[in-house]
Amino acid sequence: MAILEVKNIGKHFGSTEVLKDVSFSLEEGNALAIIGSSGSGKTTLLRCLNFLEKPSQGEILVKGNAVFDASRPVKMSERELRRKRLHFGLVFQAFHLFPQYTALENVTLAEKLLAQEREDFKSNKKQIMEEILEHGNALLAQMGLADRATHYPHQLSGGQQQRVAIARALALKPDILCFDEPTSALDPELTGEVLKVIRSLAEQKTTMIIVTHEMAFARDVADQIIFMDEGYIVEQGDAKQVIDNPKEERTRQFLSRYSQG
Amino acid sequence: MFGTVTLELIKGLWTTVQIFILTLIFSLPLGLVLGVGSAGKWKILKRVIQVFVWIIRGTPLMLQLIIIFYGPGLWLGHNIWSGNESGRITATVVAFVINYACYFSVIFRGGIEGVPAGQREAGQVLGMTKSQIFFQITLLQMVKRVVPPMSNEIITLVKDTSLARIIAAYELTFAGFSFMKSAGITWPLFYTGVFYLAFIGILTLLFNYIEKKLDYFR
Ligand SMILES: Nc1ncnc2c1ncn2[C@@H]1O[C@H](COP(=O)(O)OP(=O)(O)O)[C@@H](O)[C@H]1O
Ligand SMILES: [Mg+2]
Repeated sequence: MAILEVKNIGKHFGSTEVLKDVSFSLEEGNALAIIGSSGSGKTTLLRCLNFLEKPSQGEILVKGNAVFDASRPVKMSERELRRKRLHFGLVFQAFHLFPQYTALENVTLAEKLLAQEREDFKSNKKQIMEEILEHGNALLAQMGLADRATHYPHQLSGGQQQRVAIARALALKPDILCFDEPTSALDPELTGEVLKVIRSLAEQKTTMIIVTHEMAFARDVADQIIFMDEGYIVEQGDAKQVIDNPKEERTRQFLSRYSQG
Repeated sequence: MFGTVTLELIKGLWTTVQIFILTLIFSLPLGLVLGVGSAGKWKILKRVIQVFVWIIRGTPLMLQLIIIFYGPGLWLGHNIWSGNESGRITATVVAFVINYACYFSVIFRGGIEGVPAGQREAGQVLGMTKSQIFFQITLLQMVKRVVPPMSNEIITLVKDTSLARIIAAYELTFAGFSFMKSAGITWPLFYTGVFYLAFIGILTLLFNYIEKKLDYFR
């Protein structure tokens, strides 16, 4: 069974429809790349999955359980909403690291706060905190940032900041990790280090959705690709097939702009 | 003579300090409430606060002080402020709290709105509660933004306390001025200035210290 099923999601802001009948599914351990020109609704889709926006229509299922169903609106408690959120992680285009915390603190903050809700927190506090720190350090090491743990965000390059943000998103072990144009805010010479990290996550079978303009990267790393235009999914399929042999004319036009430029 | 003047000025300083501290104690929280209200979602509340702030910031503090001190007596037929020194200080504090809460509210609103939405969203995506997001993420960033304009305003407050003289509260400037009237000497006025400079000097050191403490992040 697919780990994620998105069924007929629609979203409008006032009278502008931004997502129209978006449906797809994602298998566990697979990487899905979403491509499409600016304004086609890619960010809005990720924000809907992460409960930052509420879809006007449709259904979202994780491991077969509905985490969102527009036809059955329920008033969710904050606790419930937070639990559902934790199925997903989100890496933002502009990083959004917390400036007052070090790299390590950025990675461990949410886990520490969550641990406070554990029943054994009071009795096991010291050990729990040590484990969290260890986990945070391991994640930073995995990102190639072991020596940057005590640096503040403003002391790091854009590429390093984005890798801290990836470690922060991984810390809570989301079922599905979403990336919104993770390299678009970076200088060209810094995109490589971030793409390398994402590539290694794919090799470890991390379930991911990656919105990107890096076509070659999407072709290589993703299993599936979705091409979006004006809020619709125009084409979806095997990554190499969509890039090398698009079925739709609009996909072809979009891709030709990239291969030229 | 120097000793007498010093004693009188210290007496005046005590009133000045009382006005200063009481005004801060009440206007900071009130300003925060108004600031949160005017940065919030409620359109009508925002509008009401906006108009109120516009009126208060658009008229002289001295005028507001006169109205608050003399107004109730004329409208109600009896003075609500007791006629002694503490009544005058109370009236001054009330006028100052209203005035400064409005100035502070604008600063707080700027501080709240200055924290990028992405910070809150990053917290939400990490499953934090609203209060965790406020206390662990937004608050300190807001404080950092607010400290420089706030220090300016608080230093202005020190000097504004001299307006209380208009309703005959015996604050520092009044104390210095009294010697000119009674003994025809002017040097106590300059001596008074030294008191203000020392007061503001201490505050400036304090604010510099706080700014430095918050300098570790951007
Ligand atoms: N909060 C919002 N209010 C109104 N319109 C929005 C909002 N967010 C996005 N949009 C609009 O939705 C469309 C899709 O935006 P977005 O999802 O950011 O596209 P992409 O990420 O593919 O560039 C754009 O036309 C954008 O202007
Ligand atoms: Mg986008």
